[in-house]
Amino acid sequence: MEIDIKPGRLSPAQIEQNFGDLHAPLTQLQAVQESARCLFCFDAPCTEACPTGIDIPGFIRKIASGNTHGSAVTILSENIMGGTCANVCPVEELCEQVCVRNTAEDKPVVIGLLQRYATDHLFASGRQPFKRADNTGKRVAVIGAGPAGLSCAHRLAMLGHSVTVYEARGKAGGLNEYGLAAYKMLDERAAREVEFILDIGGIEVKTGVQLGTDLSLRDLRSEFDAVFIGTGHNAVNALQLENEEVAGVYNAVDFIEQIRQSDLSDLPVGRNVVVIGGGNTAIDIAVQVKKLGAENVTLVYRRGFEQMGATEFEQQVAQTNGVLIRCHAQPCRIHAEDGHLSAVEFEYTSIDDGRLVTSGETFTLPADQLFKAIGQRLDAGLLAKANLSEAGLDEADRDEVNLDNFDHPAIENGRIKVDQQQHSSLPNVWAGGDCTPGNDLTVVAVQQGKIAAHSIDEYLKR
Amino acid sequence: MADLRCNIAGVSSPNPFWLASAPPTDKRYNVERAFEAGWGGVVWKTLGEDGPPIVNVCSRYGSVDYNGQRMIGFNNIELITDRPLKINLDEITAVKKAWPDRAMVVSLMVPCNEQAWKDILKKVEQTGCDGVELNFGCPHGMSERGMGAAVGQVPEYIQEVTEWCKTHTRLPVFVKLTPNISDITRPARAAKAGGADAVSLINTINSIVSIDLDLMAPNPTVAGKGVHGGYCGPAVKPIALSMVSEIARDPETHQLPISGIGGISNWRDAAEFIALGCGSVQVCTAAMRFGFRIIDDLVDGLSNWMDEKGYQQLEDFRGAAIPNVTDWQYLDLNYKTIAHIDQDSCIECGLCHVTCEDTSHQSISASKDENGKRTYTVIDDECVGCNLCALVCPVPECITMVEVDNGLPYQNWTQHPNNPMKSD
Repeated sequence: MEIDIKPGRLSPAQIEQNFGDLHAPLTQLQAVQESARCLFCFDAPCTEACPTGIDIPGFIRKIASGNTHGSAVTILSENIMGGTCANVCPVEELCEQVCVRNTAEDKPVVIGLLQRYATDHLFASGRQPFKRADNTGKRVAVIGAGPAGLSCAHRLAMLGHSVTVYEARGKAGGLNEYGLAAYKMLDERAAREVEFILDIGGIEVKTGVQLGTDLSLRDLRSEFDAVFIGTGHNAVNALQLENEEVAGVYNAVDFIEQIRQSDLSDLPVGRNVVVIGGGNTAIDIAVQVKKLGAENVTLVYRRGFEQMGATEFEQQVAQTNGVLIRCHAQPCRIHAEDGHLSAVEFEYTSIDDGRLVTSGETFTLPADQLFKAIGQRLDAGLLAKANLSEAGLDEADRDEVNLDNFDHPAIENGRIKVDQQQHSSLPNVWAGGDCTPGNDLTVVAVQQGKIAAHSIDEYLKR
Repeated sequence: MADLRCNIAGVSSPNPFWLASAPPTDKRYNVERAFEAGWGGVVWKTLGEDGPPIVNVCSRYGSVDYNGQRMIGFNNIELITDRPLKINLDEITAVKKAWPDRAMVVSLMVPCNEQAWKDILKKVEQTGCDGVELNFGCPHGMSERGMGAAVGQVPEYIQEVTEWCKTHTRLPVFVKLTPNISDITRPARAAKAGGADAVSLINTINSIVSIDLDLMAPNPTVAGKGVHGGYCGPAVKPIALSMVSEIARDPETHQLPISGIGGISNWRDAAEFIALGCGSVQVCTAAMRFGFRIIDDLVDGLSNWMDEKGYQQLEDFRGAAIPNVTDWQYLDLNYKTIAHIDQDSCIECGLCHVTCEDTSHQSISASKDENGKRTYTVIDDECVGCNLCALVCPVPECITMVEVDNGLPYQNWTQHPNNPMKSD
């Protein structure tokens, strides 16, 4: 079989059109009409469903009255990344799902689009609504400039503390910059948001600094008054099949990062593409590869539609973009020719009494590219790695030693163990975002960073 | 199908829906479009005395918008017709000739002297029109020149001018009343005393719809300045209904025919005015908002409703609500209702709870189960039956006011022991 992977399957103009906005923004007329649909509920279910607790009826009422700036401030006061969240939140499972307008009319107020209307208005105005409290003289280190870290840093800066953010990659923004689907984050949205967050002052960002290599938690703990860990995931799950390392097999998150950071016309995509996974990352890679011109994109998931981590809306986005979703099959063999992927073989599965069972029957999909989107995780060893070297050990010894003997926060179920205030097992260390328990959503990370900042503030005042 | 034919003060029309004296009735072109659409009659936009025509300004209209809806309230600072008298008279003549079955009433406003009224009446009579309406209501512009509301606010003037008109014309005389007065029965009585065949009300209300916060001037602005204008549209209907009811139940004027005006936008509004005794109803803002084709639902809706109710003609229900308009002191103080919430149709918005809690009688409790399901429950012993919850609830029929049989007899304030002035 001929391997067929190449860039520029579509014209640059076509690719640009394909990567246009997922939702058109609301016009002023639409925003005013839609805001009039909000009933201004008491004890509003939407606010309760929002992980950051935005006063949703309050911000919508301000749009209706023409106080759009005030509306955006209401949003950003609870969620400093309210701009990004307006574009990427799974609103169909959060605020909009519980809108009381669903009950009688089966049509929620489009809260996400209204939030975008308000925040776009503020960003376009260039006004900075937040300012720092008087400098407290306290210094906090934040590891990771993703949603959790930046949220924590911004709130700490507001409270008057000085923050240094250490980021391993070249740019701040985390998954907003590197991981979200391109068609949800147009026009350098992530970078503009970072600029807005840092504009408050009191936050220094150092990029290209890797925990475990350039930094140690132990040093940070002694150098700063408090430390917040927001490293996110740093490892991906593997299929654990033979040939998993051959050319043509990719981690979806790596390729999405390339999509976000490259000229789209330069990205090579296959004619036949297979995606494995059932979450939003699987949907994001499948849709984007399709938009880049892949001819046949098949997303294969081992359970049913109802069990997919991707929301129903995301599934529809995939299907309307021409992605074929096949459920109830799991990969059993990766076929390679001359060191390159050629096909992926799947076994049919079913769920028996809650357990996944395979039938033994198989089918094979020819594949130029295979994208794995079967989950990411935290490699907690990184947190202790620098400490290992101080103890005279190196990376190779890592698996040999008991990490618990080293100075790092307790890990539970593969994530940093935290309490309700995002406080870790170490006295001056907090954590939030994907490296801690909770849904792996931008909005959840923002909330955890915010909660941690207030807890740190309490601690520093003692 | 119900018979919608209307006769008021000797003026007949195929249906009770007339266009009020206003921009829609300023020209033959507009009026013929209205008649083609099916309107029963018009009151031609007010004519002034012969001579140099009136001059109007730009802009002329202001709007009160609410929750995304345009023109809940509407005002204007336009004056009477700005076209030469002869053109208007010729067009009225032609239109009446072409549409003999439609009501053609001509609105008039001339200075307060007998000769001026005598002159205009002679000219207007020659058009073949069915009646005249004396514009004693316009609150802006013309009132500064001693006409319009300047006359309508002085009952003696109303009586005198009405008398002149009855002396100098055989045509039915409608007197259009201004609401910018504290007791509407006074001008109505004056009109009757002067011999008026009918009254029309309400004219527009003194108003500033909004202030332009950039120009710091009232809307509509004219070169950076503004004035109060005449307010109308759906927002004024309650004021109009109240004033109509006062005249309808006043012993001195209760037989006086009324042409009802004020925010009539649909057939239901019209039925309400007729239930308070109106013979015809006049519409303006609704037509200015949507065009003349709204007549289709006005006629059709009224007719279907009458069929459902078994009313064969307008007279069958005209005035039917008047006996039930009373004074507060005669309301039954022992009558009791309590709010009832239909939990199956509740959408859990909580507005009934928060408004009762904050602004009324703390009679609706809020609870939430472990799944987040909210339940709002009426505390019967605390509920005073005020109706607020039923009004704020967005779901029709979800909250209803249920009558409670407390076994107590009718007792009004004049009979109540707490009333020091109680009659024994």
